[in-house]
Amino acid sequence: MITTDICIIGAGPVGLFAVFEAGLLKMRCHLIDYLPQVGGQLSEIYPQKPIYDIPGYPEIKAQELVDNLMDQIKPFKPTFTLGERVDHLAKQDDGSFIITTNDNTQVHAQVIVIAGGLGVFEPRKPVLENLDHFEGKGVAYMVKNPETFRNKKVVLAGGGDSALDWTIFLANVAERVTLVHRNETFRGAPDSAAKVFDLANNGKIDLILSANLKELNGNGKLSSIKLESKNKEELIIDTDYLIPLFGLSPKLGPIANWGLNIDKNAIEVDTRDYSTGVDRIYAIGDINTYPGKLKLILCGFHEAAIMMHSAFKYVYPDQKLSFKYTTVNGVNAF
Amino acid sequence: MVTFTVEDQEGNRQTIEAPDDMGLSLMEILKASEYPVLATCGGMALCATCHVEILDGQDELGDATDAELDQLENLPEYFPTSRLACQIRISPLLEGAVIKLRGEDN
Repeated sequence: MITTDICIIGAGPVGLFAVFEAGLLKMRCHLIDYLPQVGGQLSEIYPQKPIYDIPGYPEIKAQELVDNLMDQIKPFKPTFTLGERVDHLAKQDDGSFIITTNDNTQVHAQVIVIAGGLGVFEPRKPVLENLDHFEGKGVAYMVKNPETFRNKKVVLAGGGDSALDWTIFLANVAERVTLVHRNETFRGAPDSAAKVFDLANNGKIDLILSANLKELNGNGKLSSIKLESKNKEELIIDTDYLIPLFGLSPKLGPIANWGLNIDKNAIEVDTRDYSTGVDRIYAIGDINTYPGKLKLILCGFHEAAIMMHSAFKYVYPDQKLSFKYTTVNGVNAF
Repeated sequence: MVTFTVEDQEGNRQTIEAPDDMGLSLMEILKASEYPVLATCGGMALCATCHVEILDGQDELGDATDAELDQLENLPEYFPTSRLACQIRISPLLEGAVIKLRGEDN
């Protein structure tokens, strides 16, 4: 089990800056995010877009801001669990929490900070009747460990960059790769598309265009997929795995079940310290709501500073908190 | 002002009146009208959570742009009438249009 002072759920810009504010108060942080990289929507959705309302930066690219934040919090040695979703919080007798992810990673923390932005970026799922029946039994929405697919038959579905990139990658790993795409052409990176057509022309992969997923079959585990072409012809392919890659979409996810007050997909907080109604759980950034709330990164930074000063009493119950400026005291690394 | 009709995921229709001189997008008007539009990316045509279908008025409004298609292509399902609401300006072209919400909500 991982032991920390503060467990931050969400490694977007506000979750990252919260590590800095915690560090100034000698509190250690562990961050958990369902995305495989830090940065939240900045890295996932618009890494190259400029942001113009970060104080002190007339213009900064989203990914550059994330990289800078990672630099800024380095002295406080945060630890990360990426690619996992927090599913359960269990309150302990002493008031602390044990947090459990969908992969059974456990974190023991005195305080929980939800900096979850718009929620959990979940894969978009194709509309197929018995899809949930095969999830984890042949249907996977992301390639976490490519070795899983070594010498297996894999069908990928989708037409974006990730479908193209994984098709190219898995062509050298899997026994057979089939890419199913609803159109005749790809809108993803032209280089990747050309490479996929090359692989298909050389017989290294099967490329099935103008077709949609129609039906999954198998006895307990996926064994074949029925496709339907645009002119309604059906085709059945034997396979061990199906990887649908239709992008990600945010969902509030398990947060909805933690007994917090939720209003329109946001957590209601007390603006004195951004605490939720539940002792030792705070919410900062886009995930919270209060009268006058603005969903801005800079507001999240402000919330992080105030929130960490409030959380100090749970981590150091016997100490008195004194407010200090970094210009006076510097940044004292752990 | 322009007037158009919005059909929600349940098929309920409502007439909406919006100012056409404030540089607003259809996504912003849908959100302001309390429709469950996520608009994750805030209007940059980067997430497709404001996916709508133009049931009537497509001739005036035109087809999805390349930036929109890049996102729509990623969805499990989209249609020849699909657009991203964030890329549709509130303008006289919207007069009388019928818009169906397709974007996912929580």
